[in-house]
Amino acid sequence: MHPVRKQRLYLVVFLVFFSSAAIALVAYALRGNINLFYPPAEVAAGLAPVGQSIRVGGMVVEDSIIRSPDSLETRFEVTDFEAVVPVVYVGILPDLFGEGQGAVAAGRLDENGVLQASEVLAKHDENYMPPEVAEALAASKARMQEQAP
Amino acid sequence: MIPEFGHFALIIAFCLSVVLCTVPLWGAWRGNATAMALAPNLALGMLVFSAISFACLTWAFMQDDFSVQVVANNSNSLLPAQYKFSAVWGNHEGSLLLWILILAVWTAAVALFSPQLPLVMLARVLAVMGFVAVGFLAFSLFTSNPFARLLPGIPADGQDLNPLLQDFGLIIHPPLLYMGYVGFSVAFAFAIAALLGGRLDAAWARWSRPWTNVAWAFLTLGIMLGSWWAYYELGWGGWWFWDPVENASFMPWLAGTALVHSLAATEKRGLFKSWTVLLAIFAFSLSLLGTFLVRSGVLTSVHAFATDPARGLFILVFLGIVVGGSLVLYALRAPAVRSRVGFAWLSRESLLLVNNVVFLVATLTVLFGTLFPLLMDALGQGKYSVGPPYFNAVFVPLMALLMPFMGIGPISRWKQDSVSRWRAELLVPAIATLVCAITLPLLYEGDYNVWVALAVLFAGWLVFGLLRDLGNKVRNASSIGAGLRRLAPSYWGMFTAHIGFAVAVIGVVLTSQYHIEHDLKMSPGDTDSLAGYDFRFVSVGQVRGPNYVADEAIFLVFRDGREIAEMAPQKRRYLASGDVLTEAAIDAGVFRDLFVAMGEPIGSDGAWAIRLHYKPFVRWIWGGPILMALGGFLTVADKRYRRQRSAARESNREGAVHAAQT
Repeated sequence: MHPVRKQRLYLVVFLVFFSSAAIALVAYALRGNINLFYPPAEVAAGLAPVGQSIRVGGMVVEDSIIRSPDSLETRFEVTDFEAVVPVVYVGILPDLFGEGQGAVAAGRLDENGVLQASEVLAKHDENYMPPEVAEALAASKARMQEQAP
Repeated sequence: MIPEFGHFALIIAFCLSVVLCTVPLWGAWRGNATAMALAPNLALGMLVFSAISFACLTWAFMQDDFSVQVVANNSNSLLPAQYKFSAVWGNHEGSLLLWILILAVWTAAVALFSPQLPLVMLARVLAVMGFVAVGFLAFSLFTSNPFARLLPGIPADGQDLNPLLQDFGLIIHPPLLYMGYVGFSVAFAFAIAALLGGRLDAAWARWSRPWTNVAWAFLTLGIMLGSWWAYYELGWGGWWFWDPVENASFMPWLAGTALVHSLAATEKRGLFKSWTVLLAIFAFSLSLLGTFLVRSGVLTSVHAFATDPARGLFILVFLGIVVGGSLVLYALRAPAVRSRVGFAWLSRESLLLVNNVVFLVATLTVLFGTLFPLLMDALGQGKYSVGPPYFNAVFVPLMALLMPFMGIGPISRWKQDSVSRWRAELLVPAIATLVCAITLPLLYEGDYNVWVALAVLFAGWLVFGLLRDLGNKVRNASSIGAGLRRLAPSYWGMFTAHIGFAVAVIGVVLTSQYHIEHDLKMSPGDTDSLAGYDFRFVSVGQVRGPNYVADEAIFLVFRDGREIAEMAPQKRRYLASGDVLTEAAIDAGVFRDLFVAMGEPIGSDGAWAIRLHYKPFVRWIWGGPILMALGGFLTVADKRYRRQRSAARESNREGAVHAAQT
């Protein structure tokens, strides 16, 4: 074979090998590290898997935040005004977290339907609402309007 | 009146950009020298009017003109003056205006500092940049006018700037980041101009390279500042979150790093020409994609502003035109510019190729992880998010793969090299590296850490390889000083940037492996021990700032019974918006940072949730990029990029003849 062609062949083989290795790596890394968003209504309906990493978001229910007096544990509830999901989080909450505000909690559901959150995200801007929360709220509002006469 | 002047100036800048992207291009096509010669003046005019427009918006912010909507939404009369200034780009409309201004600066810089460029090439380059300017000016004027008034019903005071943005980091982070983002438009414009002219040679690479290096250096600094700002301002003590918008700035950087290296091969050896052009298109497209991700609000991110969908659609269409158009042009013209130069397997070219493949794959994996949620959402598969573990699992092995080759790179020869020479050259560095990797982690108290040993192995491999190469270059000089002086700035640039990479690797790995974090409840009088440091919570008091009130905790830090630092973290409440902000206290050092942040008060006895961090080598994470950026700037000082007036005049004449013939 012509040496230039041969070099090209090796190059292509190397690229194919390397990119398949990269794709395998991506697929492997993706498997355990993505999580799906569930609106509270779906969690209440039992559609969310127990024990898997998920995200749940909505508005934090008024008067639902209970801070433990002797540890960093905080309990609160998030709602899409259709259903309520209780959340437990141990740690320091973000600054803009508060009652009546949008929040997304990432964690695992336990058998009692309580989300054991490992991370709580709140908005970072007065006017900003996480898009999935905004969409979940709009969907639940639409459903409730349908049910109303 | 002033805001209307600003709006008017922006409209004039838009008209100039429309002329800039048409007339010189027509001139280059028809060989009309007069039309081509218009380009530099139009570029300067665009700069002048964008600057006037920007100055008008700045004036509105400084004078608290709350009849202007963005001022009312993002400023406040109590805001300190320097933050009123940075609030200009702390919002969607203003940051877009900054983008336009910086694009105009780059365009004018190309017009001013390229006397060696043939006129026809200069006209094409400026026209392509003019086209990009048309897109962004139209975007600003039609979807996000910064000068829109709130009439009637002027608010008495503004709603204040987001407290997170009231910080020194925000004053300099966006301008530097945009200098990098937009700077890649120059590399893009050179690539498109070369495709249009069908002339892709070593001269093209020599013109394009300094611009690309400078843009890359600015982008490096911008990303580094963003990371530093997140570290001390967001109050979590993290320095990189793989947030979609961070990725948006990181992807052009990765592609840009590949471009910088492939340009080196194109300039020195005339290789990888069409590949380099493709990378230039790719890097700028990723910059535009980044803008789309930030400005459209399609992804959940700490950077997302409240947005409206029309804006996202506009950028998406513009992105489609730029990417689609340039790829079509590439498909039509690239076969004509293929290079016919060979190289052996064991050569610097091969190593640069490895660099390119690794960086490109890294870019694609980050791109995939960033767009995966959008893709699944579009397919109706639900709302996914891809977390940092994915990015770490993919990115870290890729960089580990890169570094063994990176150690050989500087010492290798162009065209043809041999294993025996590499062995002879690199045996001593390899042994030195191995010794360091085995012994250095022992110096650290606690268990022997394999990851740290690997990081030292890789970083040491780079550093010792570079030192060996430097030694070779200096050996034959009369004295070491003379030898060092003789080396070209571009060599020093490469040297500094590679050392910077090693420094950053050490910083990243040591911080992630050795950092200690305590989240706990503390009352005044409590002490907590962390990595041999005793943090004593002394008291909490009230303090007042210019536009906020704060609870301030006082911590004394002791080591071996000796007081080494007093730290005062704050929990601020901003008066205008009522927003709460954690202001962390940081005791910085070359080898370790101590970090204290306040959570919320717990119970009624004055206890607080407190976050304590011990972060060894965290400064190295930012020190590395500073060295890399310095390296990027150094290369531009190289003699071969300086103006050569006589040669320029000659090639100008040649260019005019060339243009007249085509």
